[in-house]
Amino acid sequence: MTAASVRRPSDRYGLYLRAFWGLMLRDARVLAREFIPFLLRTIMNPLLFTFVFTYVFPKIGAGITPGGNAQVSFATVIAPGLVAVAIFFQGIAAVALPLATELGGTREIEDRVMAPLPVSVVALEKVIWSSLQSIIAAAAVLPLVLLVSAEPVSITVASWPMLIVTVLLAALVAGYLGLVIGTVVKPKQIGLIFSLVVVPVTFLGCTYYPWAQLSHIPWLQVLTLFNPLVYVSEGLRIALTPGIPHMPVAAVLSALTALLVALGALGTRLFITRVID
Amino acid sequence: MVSSDAPLSLDLRQVVKRYEPDAPNAVDGIDLAVGHGEIFGLLGPNGAGKTTTIGIATTRVRPTSGTVMVTGVDVCAHPSVAKRHIGVVTQFNTLDRACTVEENLYFHGRFFGMSRRSAHSRAAALLERFGIGERGRTMVSALSGGLARRTQLACALMHDPDVLFLDEPTTGLDPQSRMALWDSVRGLQESEGMSVVLTTHYIEEADALCDRVAIMNAGSILVCDTPDQIKHDFGDGVLVTLRLRQANDRLAAQLRDTDGVLAVDPDDDVIRVHVSAADGIVPQVVALAGPDLRDLAVAEPSLETAFIALTGRALAP
Repeated sequence: MTAASVRRPSDRYGLYLRAFWGLMLRDARVLAREFIPFLLRTIMNPLLFTFVFTYVFPKIGAGITPGGNAQVSFATVIAPGLVAVAIFFQGIAAVALPLATELGGTREIEDRVMAPLPVSVVALEKVIWSSLQSIIAAAAVLPLVLLVSAEPVSITVASWPMLIVTVLLAALVAGYLGLVIGTVVKPKQIGLIFSLVVVPVTFLGCTYYPWAQLSHIPWLQVLTLFNPLVYVSEGLRIALTPGIPHMPVAAVLSALTALLVALGALGTRLFITRVID
Repeated sequence: MVSSDAPLSLDLRQVVKRYEPDAPNAVDGIDLAVGHGEIFGLLGPNGAGKTTTIGIATTRVRPTSGTVMVTGVDVCAHPSVAKRHIGVVTQFNTLDRACTVEENLYFHGRFFGMSRRSAHSRAAALLERFGIGERGRTMVSALSGGLARRTQLACALMHDPDVLFLDEPTTGLDPQSRMALWDSVRGLQESEGMSVVLTTHYIEEADALCDRVAIMNAGSILVCDTPDQIKHDFGDGVLVTLRLRQANDRLAAQLRDTDGVLAVDPDDDVIRVHVSAADGIVPQVVALAGPDLRDLAVAEPSLETAFIALTGRALAP
């Protein structure tokens, strides 16, 4: 039969690549089946947030002027933050939610673990796939803010390289964080973890205010440095709204890179421990 | 059965698995050789180390020590290569719940590098072969136990493995599904010359299906041979099952002291007595039980009596 043609591999990495592609196809099929719920889940939070804070509030005269700077609309401040949340939340959820079930209750990860490629690459595929979803989420949220806001949103791509690098690093960091959560947390507790970890991370991730302005609350400014989302929000501010005070480029990129290396190593190790006794 | 030119389908040497440093060995230094085209059974009670052994052979459990080869490939050194030669049907339904029956097979084929077209056509052929052709579009969560097991089997065969591992393949199946699965396994051996390694705690499954059987207990292989040979060597007695009105420890002790009694295994109000085949022993046992005896069953030599002879206790509950 046809399988015989792949029986004798001359190119091991070619076979890994085909197996990897197979895993991506499987994930694509599953996402395609649930694309509308996926999209709704992605845009609901930013849509409502943008609607209330940048449409309703200005209309009823309860507008927020960030840092007393009337030149910059609140929508401009939160736009990068909302994109950051979308990337981050989507990245974590896309890995952690299915993985917790696949590893915990049904063990249905088994067939993918038995695919002819290293188990660490099975984990990598999950992260890469969630990164694609993160990028789709980011691309869906940004125009939404521009569309809904009643105030002018002054966003320009000041630096494409910075935008691309930040989005990619953020998506991978979120995916590996999802891998860590998905391997450690039991399926029943995953909802709890989302409210205990993901929600605080979102609210304290410099999404609705630039990090520099936290100088008014020094302890919080220091504390938020431990929040990975801060670097994503700030990185997107550098790329999209350079007029707003932001962290230095080097700080953002080195923090995200360090997080990627640390979470990548930890997540991969945890995943291997879970699937191989 | 073992052909000399092909490498052994499965070759375990001095394999040990200890899950925790101070726990007893789950697998305790076993050697095992399964030849090409053989149906090989690991028979033993729960906790004997059968599933761990299969896990080790299929890259999912890392052995503490020892060497593991599947069709000549070192499983520990090259798990990704070994996986191409291995098909696995796990004990529980581990099919991908997010996909349909056909998709489970199709994507499995794609993982193994098959093209779109060949994966679809092979999936269709296998579904047809196992009588689930019309279930292709069913989500696997809606399948009954028997159909799910057949789907798992079809899925494991997608990439045409050399060795098929079945972990407790018929546990939880109704008798009809069990027979159907036995037929499928025999069919794979006959038509494709596939080697099959299965675990079971059903005596009759090992007896009816397997060319050779290894009886496992507490992480060790006690004996490994054809069912007939095992019966001949170790099963040369009679298994008397006494059902009493109540548990009777004194009777069990008396029986142990009786000449010709090889083993006694009391379990609440049932005592299994393994006796030698000599004349007159069964009546003697019955006489000892006296008025307490409610029912009596006498079994001919079998893998069950062999197991009792080897371990001093019964395999089946």
